[in-house]
Amino acid sequence: MKLIVAYIQPERLPAVKRALAEAEVWRMSVMTAVGAGSQGGYQESYRGAEVEVNLLKKIRIECAVNDDFVERTIEAIVKGARSGKIGDGKIFVLPLERCIRIRTGEDGTHAIG
Amino acid sequence: MPRILLSVFVLMLFALPAFAQDESAGPTAADVMFVVNNTWMIVCTCLVFIMHLGFSFLETGLTRAKNTVNILFKNAAIVGIGILTYAICGFNLMYPGADFAGAWFGFAGFGVGTDEAGLTAAYNPGYTYWTDFLFQAMFAATAATIVSGAVAERVKLSTFLVFSVLYVAIIYPMVGMWHWGGGWLKEQGFHDFAGSTLVHSVGGWAALAGVMVLGPRLGKYNNGTIYPIMGHNLPLAAAGMFFLWLGWFGFNGGSVLSADPGLVSYVSVTTTLAAATGLMVAGMVSWVLQKKPDLTMILNGCLAGLVGITAGADIVSPMESIVIGAVAGAVVVFAVIGIDRLKLDDPVGATSVHLICGIWGTLATGIFGDGASITAQLIGVAAVGAFCFPISWVMFFALHKTMGLRVSADEELRGLDISEHGQEAYAGFQIFTTN
Repeated sequence: MKLIVAYIQPERLPAVKRALAEAEVWRMSVMTAVGAGSQGGYQESYRGAEVEVNLLKKIRIECAVNDDFVERTIEAIVKGARSGKIGDGKIFVLPLERCIRIRTGEDGTHAIG
Repeated sequence: MPRILLSVFVLMLFALPAFAQDESAGPTAADVMFVVNNTWMIVCTCLVFIMHLGFSFLETGLTRAKNTVNILFKNAAIVGIGILTYAICGFNLMYPGADFAGAWFGFAGFGVGTDEAGLTAAYNPGYTYWTDFLFQAMFAATAATIVSGAVAERVKLSTFLVFSVLYVAIIYPMVGMWHWGGGWLKEQGFHDFAGSTLVHSVGGWAALAGVMVLGPRLGKYNNGTIYPIMGHNLPLAAAGMFFLWLGWFGFNGGSVLSADPGLVSYVSVTTTLAAATGLMVAGMVSWVLQKKPDLTMILNGCLAGLVGITAGADIVSPMESIVIGAVAGAVVVFAVIGIDRLKLDDPVGATSVHLICGIWGTLATGIFGDGASITAQLIGVAAVGAFCFPISWVMFFALHKTMGLRVSADEELRGLDISEHGQEAYAGFQIFTTN
């Protein structure tokens, strides 16, 4: 079991969701995040003073998947999120020790699917 | 304490001659009426001004958080543009005077100003020249505000401001002159009490043209499917409706052009009844049509009723005002859904409320109103449409070819607040910046 964590541009979320659905990955958690990377920041101004903004708004997606779903999940996220420009985001794949479904008490690969 | 007594005594000394004068040549009943009338008209001017707050709230609430600074900037700028252009040329284009009676176009020169007579009942028993100017100037700005909501979230700020200046400075007062300025529509027997056509449709036609030339917001229509783009603050949108309703007491109540107790109260009743019915019917229709009652539809329904009653508020009966409000409330729900399906992306429903219901209200005045003729109403609606829609379409298209009408796709996705203004509306609410 793996936990796939992806940071993407907020406006790519609908496309990523569609791609994941096509890959039959229905389960995910989505949260907003801010982060700094190679994209750099931008300038705001407020009442005449410049404000440097270096933490940009991103979306964080988490999918817990069984091992045979890892590749297609990654492919789907890349397919939906890639624009070719700096700032498209990153995907992290983490080992997942256990997964328990609260309702039934199932433990392990069954609980994910 | 002695000082207070002394002050009172001194004041009484000043007051004595005044009492003495009153007995010989006090203010006449006509003088008092003039003051009362003028005071009411100033109150109405303030109420119409409050409508701009209502528009700002409604448009902000029905669009996304990332475009809030832009919406508010436009709404504030339009008030300035409306009042300034009206002072420079609008007022004299719309009310050029008796020399241009029956005409299509008249212009009494740049600027505003009056002699002593303009400050007395000799100008008009209902108001002074300055009250007249200010009341009408508040109206002028509303026509451009209607466009603002329809083109929201994608229009380029600079281009929109140029359009607003041209539209409010020239087109709105020109069309207004046809009827209110004593022009040719007046001769036809057209009846538009407070501007279902002259204000709301004039703004609505430009809104429609703007939406057509601009195209929909990114992500709204994809492969034939409609993806609703939800407004980010419905409490604000609801507050906007209430403020607009409040303002309408001045919009219609002030269009009596005096404090005539009978007519002012009558117009307030028809206005309120139409708003209440529009609201309830839109709520019910949306409940049936969409399975669950939609708050944004009830808000639009109230405004639809108000726009609908505006043309005939003085000559339809209270029961007829309920019918007008009911039809407007039903029509607006179908119009919002229908216009959306035509792939015309109007984020706040401005064309449905102001154009469609403006037309309905004007025609309804011909159907129900005492002494109004349906033919004259049809002529008025058609003439205003035939003039305003093509001309605003051409203006938008010309601006699209020269200045560019729309922000880039990247700017639109990031939001107009950051791309056009470099500012955020809700700094601190989201952890969005660090410094």
